[in-house]
Amino acid sequence: MFNSERIVKTLLFLASAVVILVTAGMVYSLTSGAIPVFKEFGLRFIISSEWNPTEGREVYGALPFIIGTLLTSLIAIILCFPLAFSTSLFIGEYYRGTRMASITGTMVDMLAGIPSIVYGLWGFYVLRPLIVALGWSAQGFSIFTAGVVLAIMIIPYATSITTEIIKMVSNDLKEAAYSLGATRREVIFNVIVPNARSGIFTSYILAFGRALGETMAVTMLIGNSNMIPKGIFDSGNTMASVIANQFGEADGLKLSALIAIALLLFVITGIINGIGKLIVKKYSV
Amino acid sequence: MKNLIGIITVALLLSSCGNSSNRGNSSSENVSLTAAGATFPLPFYNLAIKNYSKSAGTLLTYGGVGSGGGIRSLKDKVVDFGATDAYLNADQEAEMPAEIVHIPTCIGAVVIAYSLPGIEELKLSNENLTDIFMGKITNWNDSRIKESNPGVTLPNLAVTVVHRSDGSGTTYIFSDFMSKISADWESEVGRGKSLKWPVGLGAKGNPGVAGTIKQTNGAVGYIGSEFAFAQKIPVAQVENSAGKYVMPNLASISAAAKGEIPVDTKVMLTCSTDPDAYPISGFTWLILYKEQAYNKRSKAQAEETVKFLSWIIEKDAQALAQQVNYAPLPEKTVAQAMELLGSVVFDGQPLLK
Repeated sequence: MFNSERIVKTLLFLASAVVILVTAGMVYSLTSGAIPVFKEFGLRFIISSEWNPTEGREVYGALPFIIGTLLTSLIAIILCFPLAFSTSLFIGEYYRGTRMASITGTMVDMLAGIPSIVYGLWGFYVLRPLIVALGWSAQGFSIFTAGVVLAIMIIPYATSITTEIIKMVSNDLKEAAYSLGATRREVIFNVIVPNARSGIFTSYILAFGRALGETMAVTMLIGNSNMIPKGIFDSGNTMASVIANQFGEADGLKLSALIAIALLLFVITGIINGIGKLIVKKYSV
Repeated sequence: MKNLIGIITVALLLSSCGNSSNRGNSSSENVSLTAAGATFPLPFYNLAIKNYSKSAGTLLTYGGVGSGGGIRSLKDKVVDFGATDAYLNADQEAEMPAEIVHIPTCIGAVVIAYSLPGIEELKLSNENLTDIFMGKITNWNDSRIKESNPGVTLPNLAVTVVHRSDGSGTTYIFSDFMSKISADWESEVGRGKSLKWPVGLGAKGNPGVAGTIKQTNGAVGYIGSEFAFAQKIPVAQVENSAGKYVMPNLASISAAAKGEIPVDTKVMLTCSTDPDAYPISGFTWLILYKEQAYNKRSKAQAEETVKFLSWIIEKDAQALAQQVNYAPLPEKTVAQAMELLGSVVFDGQPLLK
């Protein structure tokens, strides 16, 4: 009766069933909550830039938030890449196994442990005045400010996975290259990177996904104006941020609009992960 | 493995026993009340509840979830009473499952905070406010602002408008005032808890707006008076209906309710006709069902609800309101609120003693 094999199997089955049920439940409640707004505005909800929550003149278009989300995340990934990639090579190849590498690795991991609100505070009191002083933006709240903080926040995600992938490249390959007279630089760019590219790519997709959904730090720095930004130094808003800001007093159509934004965010994250998987499949060795 | 399962089973049994015995106790004399709603009067309600619980021994909890949340909670009948900064309009009342009563508890205001180094007194006419918040005045040295501030040297500094990014009763009161003073505002922006802002940055909550203003030279925005007074934030004098520039303080805010108030107290106090009134003022209300016998509530619970509400509008509690920077209700309004409470019943029997 109490066969331990069967118990373990049943427990595992139950646990994964719960995960599937929770995901399915979320998709269901998001979809059903979003129906009213799609009924009212149809596709215009996605392509319209008008967001007017005033009673009696309600119009909801999510385009400003979609653009804000993609722009901040894109800036984040562009700024994050040189820093995170270099750090991975430093830890995973050049100084592999040294004290210096383990200290750097620990520091990078610590970045992941800092709560979002702390990044927000740092951005508000340190980065924002700096951007004002540089004259890039009059008040410092901008897509760019949010992007910079996001870049720092996603560095640990990109770095730690890339480091592991770089470490996994087989020693035989590297030694073969060295024995043919390749330099360190040539080994890195001709042997390690081509071998690890799909894994490296995946780690940046994960980091990008993380940037898409980040809320608190972005809200504090982006300026929360519900219009399409005129440039990267203009204020804007993101999907996660508008939900966090407005759900408290929302009801009726507005609540449905916010839920629909949540659904869109879910879909966009899904699409990006899907594209990532496709590319990984295509280029994996 | 067998042991483990045995332990889990026993634990489950024990915990379910615990639950059932708890349920049995809930019908004892100690009444507990729950309420939820507006965050604007939160400091007052927290202080009032603390004092009331100490003397009456009633357990009262208030959740600051926002006016919308307060109305929803009352509609779902999960609270004993709700709280809102904007009275329910006819449509909203029709959506409620039963008739409700609005009881005003105190008067708050929305103040215009600014950050202009070296300028300690700023007067803003109604035209100035409209132009600033609609993006027509973009620099502080604009001649239109100079006109209302003779003798003040205004700096050459860009105007940065800061507004609430979250839905808020504060925004509602402010936009109601703006709609009354400007036809352009009414047609282009209108009134609401969140708006389509022509210009400006959004920040979350009073602390967010106040912090952003403080950190940005040339910023101007609106903040709940209780927060601005407590934090001693510099605020502008605003032109009222009599054409007078009025500094917001408890006396000028209280004066806003001196005029004629409808019997149900459902009125916006913005642009009061009283010559001493600060024009961006407003009541905040507690809302409850007229018939208190619903959802198997006990009579003791209903009595306690009415008792607390009658206490909060009386002198002692109104003095507490002033401690945390809310203007007290004028006596006439207190009498009106008492009358409204008198109409609250349990199974048809009045509850007010």
